[in-house]
Amino acid sequence: MSYDLFMASIPVILEGFRLTVIITLAAFLLGQVAALPLALAAASRHRVVAWPAQFYIFFVRGSPVLVQLFIIYYGLGGLEAVRDSILWPILKEPVGCAILAVGLNSAAYVGALLRGAITQIPPGQSEAARILGLGRWQTLTRVVLPQAYRDVLPVLGNEITLVMKASSLASAVTVIEMTGAARVMVSRTFAPFEAFTVAGLFYLGLALIFAWVFRFVERRSAIPGLSNRES
Amino acid sequence: MIEVIGPYAGQLLMGLMLTLKVALSSFAIGLALAVIATPLTQSARNPLRYVLDVYVTVIRGIPELLVIFLIFYGGTVALTKLSGSYFEVDALSAGIVALAAVSFAYLVEILRAALQAIPKGQTEAALVLGLSRSQLFTRIILPQMFKRALPGIGNQWLIILKESALVSIIGLEELMRKSVIAAGATHHPLTFYMSAACLYVAVTAVSSAAFGAAERRLNPAPR
Repeated sequence: MSYDLFMASIPVILEGFRLTVIITLAAFLLGQVAALPLALAAASRHRVVAWPAQFYIFFVRGSPVLVQLFIIYYGLGGLEAVRDSILWPILKEPVGCAILAVGLNSAAYVGALLRGAITQIPPGQSEAARILGLGRWQTLTRVVLPQAYRDVLPVLGNEITLVMKASSLASAVTVIEMTGAARVMVSRTFAPFEAFTVAGLFYLGLALIFAWVFRFVERRSAIPGLSNRES
Repeated sequence: MIEVIGPYAGQLLMGLMLTLKVALSSFAIGLALAVIATPLTQSARNPLRYVLDVYVTVIRGIPELLVIFLIFYGGTVALTKLSGSYFEVDALSAGIVALAAVSFAYLVEILRAALQAIPKGQTEAALVLGLSRSQLFTRIILPQMFKRALPGIGNQWLIILKESALVSIIGLEELMRKSVIAAGATHHPLTFYMSAACLYVAVTAVSSAAFGAAERRLNPAPR
């Protein structure tokens, strides 16, 4: 380890840091937005609705994110129909593809998780809510989802770290985020330990921040006196 | 579509075999090391426990791709310095070592949780009955630890199988890399990446069915 090369790596890798944060947050957000309808569809009693959602979850969770990224970046990008569609501004950018691939992958995992949490809630609660005069939408947003989300919150903190780790795959489609920047540094100086250690430390720092934020949200959203999991 | 895949089917299957080889070897090494290391983390005074805690935190917080790069490029530099002449780490060894190091960290966590769930009274009872320390471990603790850890172990196998695709980035011609080559040669990327995805899904589906069957066997339905 050389101190000079270690210090020289920091500014190079910091340039990738911004993209890592952007990809992570955008993909996590996309994952959350897409996971809810996916979970509701997968938990549905109607097979026509449930099966496609369940198949999506099965297929996405069964294959590597890297393959999914390549399907989106090289596969869809090569289709004439996609080039003419409104999605093209996102799909022609490697960063957009990385966000889409990692986000849609995360959606499958979070969707499966949420589906489990939703089906865990006793059906009597929904029946009671309906009898008390709440509509379907109110039952969902005021009774079912607050409980389901409190239940999955600890795992969501873990999920954002996984999304952060998956964001490194963007370097495989030419994006110079942190892992890509570290690799550029290595090819320039051939000092792998310095560059990868600096990148690793930044990733660890980010992971710690995410863990801290989620613990804070968890504490704030907890109902005093009610704990549904022993810790 | 068949006429596009046809000429490359053999190549894809060879890639799949290499994928299984990388995933199985790294998983087996990680699991073996985790079985040895986990009991060591139980005694409060063992300093190894803190080393292991830091290791697990670090591995959980950095991308697997970074670990692969570190071992691939770093290994070449370190071994060249150590041996005095140029020594290149090949992609297969680097991939297996990196994924073993990653799965080891997660498996230690899984086994530790399973071990802690076994009541302390069993250890005391076994020792009172005259079992030796090694008998206690192999006959009483280990079987129960595995039974409790099985869902986590199965899950970790699926994760390592999918992460083995990352080794394609350092040039190992496993399933992912074979698909990249075929996609480039034929200009049919969607066909080949979808085929690769389907092969991965097939292996994960078979694996989870096997683990599910093993779990049902070990946990018969309560009467």
